[in-house]
Parts: sequence; C-alpha cells; structure tokens
Amino acid sequence: MFGNMTGKDWLLFIGFTIVVLTAPIWLTPLGAAYPALMQKFCIFAIFAIGFNILFGLTGYLSFGHAAFLGVGSYAGVWMFKLFSMNVVISTVFALICSGLFALVIGYISLRRSGIYFSILTLAFAQMMYNVAYSVLTPITNGETGLQLSLSDPRHLDRALGVSESIGLPRTSFFGIDISGGGMPGFYFCAVLLIICFFLSIRIFRSPFGMMLRAIKSNQMRMKYTGFNPKPYLLAAFVISGLYAGLAGALMVATDPLAGAERMQWTASGEVVLMTILGGVGTLVGPVIGATLIKYFENIFSAFNENALNVTFSFLPADIRELIVELASLFVGEGWFLTLGLVFMIVVIFLPGGIMEGVGRIKALFSRKKTQDDAAQGSVVAAE
Amino acid sequence: MDAFLLQLLNGLDKGGAYALIALGLTLVFGTLGVVNFAHGALFMLGAFCAVVFNRLLNIETVTIDETQTTPWGTPMEIREPYVQSMLGDFGAFLVDYSVPISIIIAIPIMLLIGVIMERGLIRHFYNRPHADQILVTFGLAIVIQEIIKHFFGANPIPQGAPDAVNGSANIGAMLGLEGFISYPWWRLIYFLFSLLCIGGVFAFLQFTTYGMVVRAGMRDRETVGLLGIDIEKRFTVVFGIAAVVAGLAGVMYTPILPPDYHMGMDFLVLSFVVVVVGGMGSLAGAVLAGFLLGILQSFASMTEVKSILPGIDQIIIYLVAVAILLILPRGLMGRKGVMED
Repeated sequence: MFGNMTGKDWLLFIGFTIVVLTAPIWLTPLGAAYPALMQKFCIFAIFAIGFNILFGLTGYLSFGHAAFLGVGSYAGVWMFKLFSMNVVISTVFALICSGLFALVIGYISLRRSGIYFSILTLAFAQMMYNVAYSVLTPITNGETGLQLSLSDPRHLDRALGVSESIGLPRTSFFGIDISGGGMPGFYFCAVLLIICFFLSIRIFRSPFGMMLRAIKSNQMRMKYTGFNPKPYLLAAFVISGLYAGLAGALMVATDPLAGAERMQWTASGEVVLMTILGGVGTLVGPVIGATLIKYFENIFSAFNENALNVTFSFLPADIRELIVELASLFVGEGWFLTLGLVFMIVVIFLPGGIMEGVGRIKALFSRKKTQDDAAQGSVVAAE
Repeated sequence: MDAFLLQLLNGLDKGGAYALIALGLTLVFGTLGVVNFAHGALFMLGAFCAVVFNRLLNIETVTIDETQTTPWGTPMEIREPYVQSMLGDFGAFLVDYSVPISIIIAIPIMLLIGVIMERGLIRHFYNRPHADQILVTFGLAIVIQEIIKHFFGANPIPQGAPDAVNGSANIGAMLGLEGFISYPWWRLIYFLFSLLCIGGVFAFLQFTTYGMVVRAGMRDRETVGLLGIDIEKRFTVVFGIAAVVAGLAGVMYTPILPPDYHMGMDFLVLSFVVVVVGGMGSLAGAVLAGFLLGILQSFASMTEVKSILPGIDQIIIYLVAVAILLILPRGLMGRKGVMED
C-alpha cells in the first residue's frame, strides 16, 4: 500500500512527527511555547502545505486561496451554532463546503492558465470577500464577524443533553475542551498537521503527483502522450482547497470567530509568501515558511519603541535614538515592511526559498567533505 | 433619462482612473513583458506627492494678535501659511491650487521612481517566469505601502480641490437638457484630465519617431535590437512614462478619494481585471475596458438595480471579468499571440 514511499520518506515523516509533537519542549527556549501560537503554526502550516500541492507541483499560482479558508471558517462556526460544539462535525462540514467551492471555482478558473489563472482566482476571492461583507451579512454577520451566542439552537447538543456550561459554550473534541489557548487544542491541530503532511508525502510520491509535475514541466507534451491534464489539475485544486478549508475549520475550532478579512486577497498573498519563503515544491518547505513567518510576526509585532530603547540601552543616547528610529520602521506596526523586504530578497536571490539555501549549504559541505574524506557518503537530502 | 445620464457621468471619473492605471500596466506588459504588481503603489505614491506638496505649502507662521481675544481670554493666534505671508496673493493661490500644481513636482519624481524601479529591480526579471515577476513586485508593493504608512499614518488624508471648482456643475444646462443634473466640477475635470493623459500617451506612441520605435519593440523586440537600436533604454523610458501616468492619476484623484496607504492595492486588483478584460497588451483595449467597467460599476450601484440584484455593485466588475475571460479569452481587443495561454 505504501510502496511509493521510500525509506527516506518514512524517516522524514517520523522525524517530522517527532518534531511537531515535541514542539512545546523545543519551542520553550525560543519563547514561543504557548499553545495559541503553536496552534497558529500548525494551522498555517496546513494551509501552506495545501497551497504547495497546487503551486509547487503544477506551477499554477492561485491568488485567491484565502477564500476557501474563509468558507471553512464560516461553515465551521455555523455548525457550532446549529448543531454541536463537537469539532468533528464542524470540521467535516467545513471540508465539504470548501471542497464544493473549490470544485466550482477550480472548474472555471482552470480553463485558463498562467497569469489569467491568477487573476481569475483573485477575482473569485475578491467577489466572495465583497459579498461576505455586504449582501451575505445575514450569513456572515458582516464586519462584526460570525460569533457564537447564548441563544444559538445547537440542536444536537440539546438533544443529547450535553451539559450546558455557564457563559458561552466551548468547542470540544468528544468532551475534551480544545478552544482557547489550551494544550489539547494544540495537539488536535498537531495531529491533523501530521496527517496532512503524510498525505502530502503520499501525493508527492504517487503517480498522481508525477502527473502534476508533468503539467508543470510541459503541458503540451503531456497532452501529446495522451493524458488530459484538466482532471489532474482540478483534483489538485480541490485538494488544496480542502487543505485551506481544514485550516479555516481549525481556526474556528480553536477560536470560534469567523471574519471576512481572512478572505481578503492579502491573506491569499500571505500563504504565497509562506510557501515561497520555505521553498516551493518541497515537502517541509511550506511548514518551515509558515512557522517562521508566524513566529517572527509574533516577535516583531510585540516590539515597540520602549522595548527597543531597553534593548539598545547600552549605547550612547544619540546613537541609540537614531538606531531606535531606524529599527522602529521594521518592528511593531512595521512588521509587514520586514516581511515584504525579506520576501523580495528571497525571490531575487533564492527563488527556491529556505530549502534551496539549505541545499546549497549542504552541497558546500559535502564537496568539502569529499575533498577531506572521500570515503564519506553523500549527505541525505531533506526531500 | 436624467438618472441614466447621471450614472454615466458618475462612472466616468472612476473609469478614468482605471483607464490610466490600466494603460500603464499594459504599456509595461506590452513592452517589457513584465507583470507589475507594484503599479498600484505608483498610483498611491503619486497621490502622496500631492499630500507632501500640500504639507510643504501649509507650513504655518503663527502671529499673536493682541487686539483680538479668543473666547478663553487669551490673545488670538493667527495662523497663516508661510508662503501666503511671504508671497501674498500668489501664495494664497498656490495653497488653493496645491493639487493641480503638484502635478508639476509629481512628474519628475514619478519619472525618477519609475526609472530607478526599472533599472534596479524589474530589469533583472525580464527572463524569469511571470510567477516570479508577480511575486517580486508584490513584495515591492508591500514595502512601498508600509514605508508610506510609517511616515503618513494609516488614516486617509483629505485633500481639497481648489475653491473655484469645489462646487457642482449643472451638467443638464450645459448639455441643453431640461432637468438639473448636478455633478461635481472636480470629477468632470478628472475625466477631462484622464482623456488628456491618454491622448498624450497615444500621441507620443503614434506620432513620434521615439514612440514608433517603442511600438516596433512591442511587436518584435529582437528584430528592433538587431537593427542597432538600444531598445532596453527606450523601455526604461516607457516604464518611467507608465509610472508618471499612474502618478498623475493618483495626484488628481486625491480630492475625490482621500489618499491612504492601501489605495494603491485597492485600485491595482481592479486595474488588473481591467487589463485582462481589455486584452493583455492592448492599449486601446485597456482604456476602453477602464471606462466601460467604471460606468458599469456606477450603473450597478443604482438603487433600482440593487433592489433586484442586491450586492451586484460589489462584484459586477469581477463577474464581467470572469465572463469575458471564459468567452473571449483574448479580452475585448487583445491581439493574437500575446499571452494566450
């Protein structure tokens, strides 16, 4: 059944699992071991893995993927409101909804390629964002965002007689409270991330993944060999839409609030940034990209002028003022400036992202090693 | 009839802005083959040229007038723009007409920004895939946007139109119609201004030798290069012109929409749609589609239309774009062979 996965892949998968599950331990010295942030890492990693299946394998750059995340979020919250606080129901429904949306939008958008495809997906995402803000206010609750309330029916919970807590109900996984910043919430997201990662390895190594790569390298040749690329593309699009929907469902599972702003095209841009930063078309690249961006967003946004003054307090006053003035451009509110700059530098100098950088450094070392010690084998590549 | 005319007019100024931005986008795409996501940022930079100029003019002198007192009993402070006290009536004129006058400073600034952008960044992306071009210019747009946000804050900064044209014109009387159709002067001016800019660009490309070479370069860059013409240099100039056009569109738009740091991004997405509807690489198509979509959007926001199809004004442009892309893959006026896949 797992014939396509080599030993290296299993090693990668097991390593990945261990790294993710021990995150609370090794993130502690980095100051990021609190559950709310780690949940974010997992959720955006799932989002980026899904995006990478489309963009990394087929080369189709979608600029509207946040729309599926938004659909997943809204679908999830509605399940909480109507039926049950159990996240299984909400997640399944979110997957169904985002999958359907991805099917329709993908079917239409994939009739064109290249920049036209990007603009079509962008147009659909903007349409959904605008509609969510205006006409669909009864469903999406407009600018306020869709929230839980005490008067929600929650038919299933009522029927099963799930005990009502005081105040707003909390999301749960068969009785385990996973909402808010708790560790169970993190492990819930982490397990799903591991499953998603496993599926992504499987897709990369499967004949289906090979087809997707063939589309990227030369669609014309693929057609001439007798394959129709459209179904493969649509399948890839729907799969990545499902990943985005799952990310949206997890967002509301850990914090039951859905707003339209997470569908905006800048949000779609963010997942593109994550994937590029980590490394397009690699397995772990998107995960690294998502984690790094969310981690540094957290650190940089927390800095303000006072914190900077404290950091540079060892300097003489004049120089300190100058440096603080300069640095304040990049931290706090200016975090996006840093992000934009880093992103530009990566695209210009390292189009393969961090994974390409790692590969280059490895190549450097392995060459030195072969000079020093010819008997030493080549370094195992990460992917 | 009146309502119809009014909506038509309302669409014109927005259509003018779309057309100007889309014109620059198409020009850059047609000549350099680069998809420039930072073009909206140029529009925004133009608008902030007007803001800066206005701020410079409004550096105030404070004189204390002992004869008058404020309701709090302190001597009245009289604030007067420095230029006004220095240059008298001419200074007052400058302050009043700060928006149109800032065109003069915006042209060299935008040209400079455009040339630096092309030489420094875009040039290295000619031979990279379109996805890379989109990504790097997207990054650049974020950087420009955030720098502006850092210096000017996140709130919109209103700019006034000159007093003489601050009111509304009675368009109905002008056209010899019965009813009273009021339409802000400035929007009318903006429309005429956009026509002027578009005409200027077309005249430059059509009637000058320089423009002819550029057009030849758009058709077949390699052959023009083989003929011994430094086409790269011309393309740099073209990028500069596109930047100036976007900048001027931004300068003149400030009295209509108070500029803020993300106005560029807002307009960019729509302008891209405009370019695609008009046909990638077709200048006339971009202009036509710009006005068409602007007018269409204004018709969609009529209450009569909205009561039948709620929310249609929000999505009409995107809907049209999707329909056009699927029915007419080349757009309204796209040429054969330009980015057809």
